[in-house]
Amino acid sequence: MPKSHVIIIGAGFTGVAIAHDLALRGCDITVIERGDICNGTSGRTHGLLHSGGRYAVKDKESAIECIQENTILRRIVPQVIEPNGGLFIALNESDLSYAEQFIESCQECGIPLDELTPQHALQLEPNINPKLLSAFVVPDGTFDPLRLALAFAATAKHNGARFRTFTEVEGLQIDGQGNVIGVNILDRTSNQRMGIRADVVVNATGAWAGQITSMASLDAPVTPTPGIMVAYDQRLVQRAVNRLNVPGDGDIVLPQRRMVVVGTTSFDAENVDYIPVVEEQTKLMLERGSELIPGIRNAKPRGIYMATRPLISGGSGRSIARTFKCYDHKQTHNIDGLVTITGGKATTLRLMAEKTADVVCAKLGISAPCITQDMPLLSYREYYAIPN
Amino acid sequence: MTEKWNITLRIYRQKTGELPHFDDFAMEVDPNEYVLDAIERVWAFHDRSLCFRHACHHSTCGACGMRINGVEKLTCITVIRDVTHNGATLKVEPLRNFPVVSDLAVDMGVFYRKMEMVGARAVLPVTEAEIEHPPATWQPEDARYIRLSDCLECGLCISACPVAATTIEYLGPAPLAAAQDVGLRRSPELLTIIDSEDGLWRCHSAFECTAVCPSFVDPGRRIMNLRKQAIGLKLTKLFGKPGVPQP
Repeated sequence: MPKSHVIIIGAGFTGVAIAHDLALRGCDITVIERGDICNGTSGRTHGLLHSGGRYAVKDKESAIECIQENTILRRIVPQVIEPNGGLFIALNESDLSYAEQFIESCQECGIPLDELTPQHALQLEPNINPKLLSAFVVPDGTFDPLRLALAFAATAKHNGARFRTFTEVEGLQIDGQGNVIGVNILDRTSNQRMGIRADVVVNATGAWAGQITSMASLDAPVTPTPGIMVAYDQRLVQRAVNRLNVPGDGDIVLPQRRMVVVGTTSFDAENVDYIPVVEEQTKLMLERGSELIPGIRNAKPRGIYMATRPLISGGSGRSIARTFKCYDHKQTHNIDGLVTITGGKATTLRLMAEKTADVVCAKLGISAPCITQDMPLLSYREYYAIPN
Repeated sequence: MTEKWNITLRIYRQKTGELPHFDDFAMEVDPNEYVLDAIERVWAFHDRSLCFRHACHHSTCGACGMRINGVEKLTCITVIRDVTHNGATLKVEPLRNFPVVSDLAVDMGVFYRKMEMVGARAVLPVTEAEIEHPPATWQPEDARYIRLSDCLECGLCISACPVAATTIEYLGPAPLAAAQDVGLRRSPELLTIIDSEDGLWRCHSAFECTAVCPSFVDPGRRIMNLRKQAIGLKLTKLFGKPGVPQP
């Protein structure tokens, strides 16, 4: 019996992780990406491997997903991770008053937590604000965004998945009943157009999900929510440094190679293809970041950029849950052959892929279980080294 | 108020089976933004067929290397003001010494295979990383902390290298620098890969690699050091004496 053919639109974190999962479950996979791997939101992520601490108080479901997936990623893809932990630091009375619910919530979510004296925290990280009042250590980490995606893509490719990068989906092929049976593509490297049939099409385009669903006359299930990131040219800390308080703007500083990266903000946007940098937000990152690490004021900005989160529709800004949702459009709109995955975050890419692959496999009558949580990924370099 | 410049982006174009040419795009830019921002706007608002690679936009991933007015740059951290002036033309070309996929995008396959062949380290202990601004006080336990290696595997050094231009077989600056970082003491078997016609001895010491490296890896110096290591190891093999010069 021929394998079921699944087309995955989008080679960001979600798309490459779904390709990896479904390739292991015996599907024939084609990934279609209009740019190169990770050229949209995924490449521009902050790079925080969340312990879940940030979401523990307000969004326990996300927090639990984070700590579980954090543990799995450290095991299957250590090649892209700085597993150095993270600090949550309190700088004023308001931060201190958040501590009690923070401790309780982390315990509820299973996030390991150690309280440090300010002296001990300063020993570990001499460049954090010396006026800190309290600090907690959590198992945060940092990852290289492109290499994380490449490691999933490399393993998928090794298991037979094909990647068509620089290829834009111009339309969905729809049969007489209104069901999706394939895609029409433009190969941008040759300006050639062609159609490809599929048993299921997975829309893993994140902030652009609405552009694909509109091709099937469906509403956008996603609220594009950009935020700014500013990279400075000095590696002032070895760990992620978070403000101990309700999540807000510019309250996370991450080490990344010889830099630190401060982020982020949260607002709504219309045209997600190009989000201009807002100068006021750049200044805000300097103000907020230097509260955590005063030395940032003596560092130079090295890169300033915007990334657009693909949050689940039905709320606004930081009130929207950071968990994810997979839509089988047969269930939601009686349109077969199309599955959309949206929401989520980089840390939970593997879990998002597992749940999406479960939905796809149920549609295709495939009973193979997910095995990605115990499967070490190949070297990220193999993505480019394995011929397509 | 932000400053506005009018510049022309002269972009290298090539589609499969077609001859290369340049297309000009008149752009209004803020001189403080990055070259990659302007290139991305060409794609977003002027010509959707433009192909280029980019991901992290802050010099961590190494995807957006191109030649800007003939010089290899990571376009995501190259400020427009630093490479041109108001009213001027900015030439944007793909990296040399790589096959062009389309327009500004090149194929990294051969290069990544070489990096893998020498066992280039992707992450390394913090204590083995040459950080310019180390924290004031290092603790003994720091040794267990890990960081991503400085080499972004962006390929700028391969593009700038006059020897890499002569043969694709040459290992090239980044793989040789990675071999030096691994070290012959740790991996003596690397000698068979680097001690060859297309390895260590092919370098002409032009140091173009070091000049363009956006990540301070200094491949030129590392290649010179690797030669010392290789000579030491070969002498030891010949005479059985210790005396391998160490990095």
